[in-house]
Amino acid sequence: MTLDSMKRKYEPRQVIPKEKRQATSAMIASLAAEGYDTVAAPFGHALVDLARKDDRIVGLTADLGKYTDLHIFGREMPDRYYQMGMAEQVMVSAAAGMAREGFVPFATTYAVFASRRAYDFIAMAIAEEYLPVKIMCALPGLTTGYGPSHQATEDLAIFRGLPNMTIVDPCDADDITGMVPAIAAHPGPVYARLLRGKVAKVLTRHKPDYRFELGRAQMIREGRDVLVIASGFMTMRALDAAERLAADGIDVGVLHSPTIKPLDTETILAEAGKGGRLVVTAENHTVVGGLGEAVARTLLTNGVSPEFRMIGLPDEFLEAGALPTLHDMYGISTDRVAEQIKGWL
Amino acid sequence: MSEPRPTGALSNVSLARRAWNIRRKALQMGEVQGQGYVGQALGIADVLAASYFHAMEYRPDDPEWEGRDRFLLSIGHYAIALYAVLMEAGIIPEEELETYGMDDSRMPMSGMASYTPGMEITGGSLGHGLGIAVGMAMGLKRKDNPAFVYNLMSDGELGEGSTWEAAMAAGHHRLGNLVCLVDFNDQQADDKSTTVMSAEPVTDKFEAFGWHAQRVDGNDLDAVVAAFDAARSAPEGKPRVIVFDTRMCKGVPFLEEREITHFVRVEADEWGKALAILEEGKPQ
Repeated sequence: MTLDSMKRKYEPRQVIPKEKRQATSAMIASLAAEGYDTVAAPFGHALVDLARKDDRIVGLTADLGKYTDLHIFGREMPDRYYQMGMAEQVMVSAAAGMAREGFVPFATTYAVFASRRAYDFIAMAIAEEYLPVKIMCALPGLTTGYGPSHQATEDLAIFRGLPNMTIVDPCDADDITGMVPAIAAHPGPVYARLLRGKVAKVLTRHKPDYRFELGRAQMIREGRDVLVIASGFMTMRALDAAERLAADGIDVGVLHSPTIKPLDTETILAEAGKGGRLVVTAENHTVVGGLGEAVARTLLTNGVSPEFRMIGLPDEFLEAGALPTLHDMYGISTDRVAEQIKGWL
Repeated sequence: MSEPRPTGALSNVSLARRAWNIRRKALQMGEVQGQGYVGQALGIADVLAASYFHAMEYRPDDPEWEGRDRFLLSIGHYAIALYAVLMEAGIIPEEELETYGMDDSRMPMSGMASYTPGMEITGGSLGHGLGIAVGMAMGLKRKDNPAFVYNLMSDGELGEGSTWEAAMAAGHHRLGNLVCLVDFNDQQADDKSTTVMSAEPVTDKFEAFGWHAQRVDGNDLDAVVAAFDAARSAPEGKPRVIVFDTRMCKGVPFLEEREITHFVRVEADEWGKALAILEEGKPQ
C-alpha cells in the first residue's frame, strides 16, 4: 500500500480485470486445495498426542482457540486449556509464569498480535529468561486477505532479532505434526508459524521418507540448474514451480529450511557452494529480515557467492483481497515463482 | 500468618527493627554508588519487612524451594530495596552489600532473575509482574501447591494496560493465591502519579475486576501486618490486592521534606548524615 495506491479511496481502481476478481480470503484453508491431500487440524491433534504423554504440556490462547486449532486440545483436555481472553500481553506473561512453575505452555494467537502487540512481554518475560514457552501463531505472512491488520509480513524479522528465540516456519501438515514434539523437547522459547484447518500434505509426496528435524534443512528435490531455498508454504510453491519448469527443461532443486533460527548454515553452505546453480530464496514474508537475508548473510560471510535472487513479499503494507489474486500480485504464486526463476536464467 | 516457619533462621527480631535494618542497608548501598532509588526503598521498607518477616514462607538457604511463597518484583528499579531485605533474610550474604551496582555484582541497579538469588523475575519493563504472577498462580493451582504469589508493583504501573489485562484474568480465573502489593507513593518519572494519569479510585477498580481490595498506610507497621493477615484469609477464589500509601524517603526527615521526585538526589556528604539520623531512631 504505497502513497500512490492510497488514492483508491477517492478514485476506484481497476487493477484486476473484472472477470478475474474473487472474494476476499479470510482463511488459510483456501491455500490447501492445490492438488494435495489434506489433514485436519494437525497442530491440535499433535498437541493432544504429546500432552497424553507429557503432563507438563498446557495450552493458552487469547480468544483464538478455534482459529489456531488449539480448541482440539481444549476439548480433549479442558483442565489444561487456559482461555486468557482477548489479551495477548497477559497471555504470554501468564505462559511465562506457568513455565516458571515447571510447565511447557503452548500459547496461540495470530502472528500479527504476537509479534507486534506482545513483543515486549515475549522479549523480557520469556526470551530473556530462556523459558520453554512455545508461541504458536496462525496467519503467518500473506495467508489472509484482510489487509495489514492481519497480515504478519514482518514477524520473522521481528523475532529473528530477539536473542534465544528458535523460529520455525513449517510447510505442511507433516512438518507441523513433527514440529510439535520437537519444539516441546527444546528447552528454550520457540516462535512457530501455524497453518490451520485443512492443511496440505506436501513434503512426503515429493520425498516419502521426509521427517521434520528441528534446526535442519533438507533437500526435498534435487536439481542441476537452480537451487531454491525455501520455508513455510513457499516450499510447496517452489516444488510445484519446479515440476512446471521441468517441462521446460529447467532442473530445479528445492532445499526446505523450516527452522529459520538457528539456520542450518552447514547444509545451506554445502548446497549453495556446489556451484553452477542459480540460488533463489523463497519466503512468505517481507524480503527485509527474513529467510532470504539470513541466507544471504550466511553465504556472504562464508565466501560463497553464487548468482543469488530473492522471492518474497515487498517492503510494503499489502492489499486486501483474494489470496490467489494477492499471491499473483506479490510474486509468491506458483505461476509467478516459475516465471521469475525462468526470467533469471 | 503466625505459624512457625520451616527454618530457624528468622529470629524474633521486631518487625520495626527489620524495617529499620532494610532502610539502613538501602542507604549504605546508595552511599556505595552515590545514587540509587533510595526514596522508594525507604518508603517500601515496612511493607518488605512485613512480607519477609511476617507473611511469607521461604528457606533462606534454598531460595528455589518448591514450597516457598513467590515474591515478584515488577518494579525493577526497586531492586535496592529487595537486595536489602534479601540480605536481611539471609538469602544474599551481607558482605556483598558493597558490590551493589558495580561490575560483576550479583546486585545490578535494576532487578534481574538471572543475577540474584531470591529475585524471581526480571522486572523493569513495567507492567510485566502481575501478568507473570497470574501464570505462576495458575501453575501453583495446577500443582495443588498452597504457596502464595506476591507481586510488588508501583502506582505508576497502574497506567500500563497489561496490568488491567492481568487483573481481569486473575479475577476470571479466581486466583485466590495471588496477592498484589501496590506501592502508592504518588510519584512516577514525570510528576505525581495522580497528576500524570490518575488511577483513582484504585481499590474500586480492583473490586470491579473481582478482587478483594484493601488500602492502608504503608508506613504503619501494625496496619500493614493486619492487611497481610486479612489478605491471606480473604474469601477463597478472589485475588487480593493491598494498596499501600507510602511516603518516599520515610525515616529520614530531611529527605522526606525535600522536594520529592522519582529519583531523589542525595549529595555526596548527605549519605552519612542520613545514616546518622536513621541511627537516632533505631528501634529495639
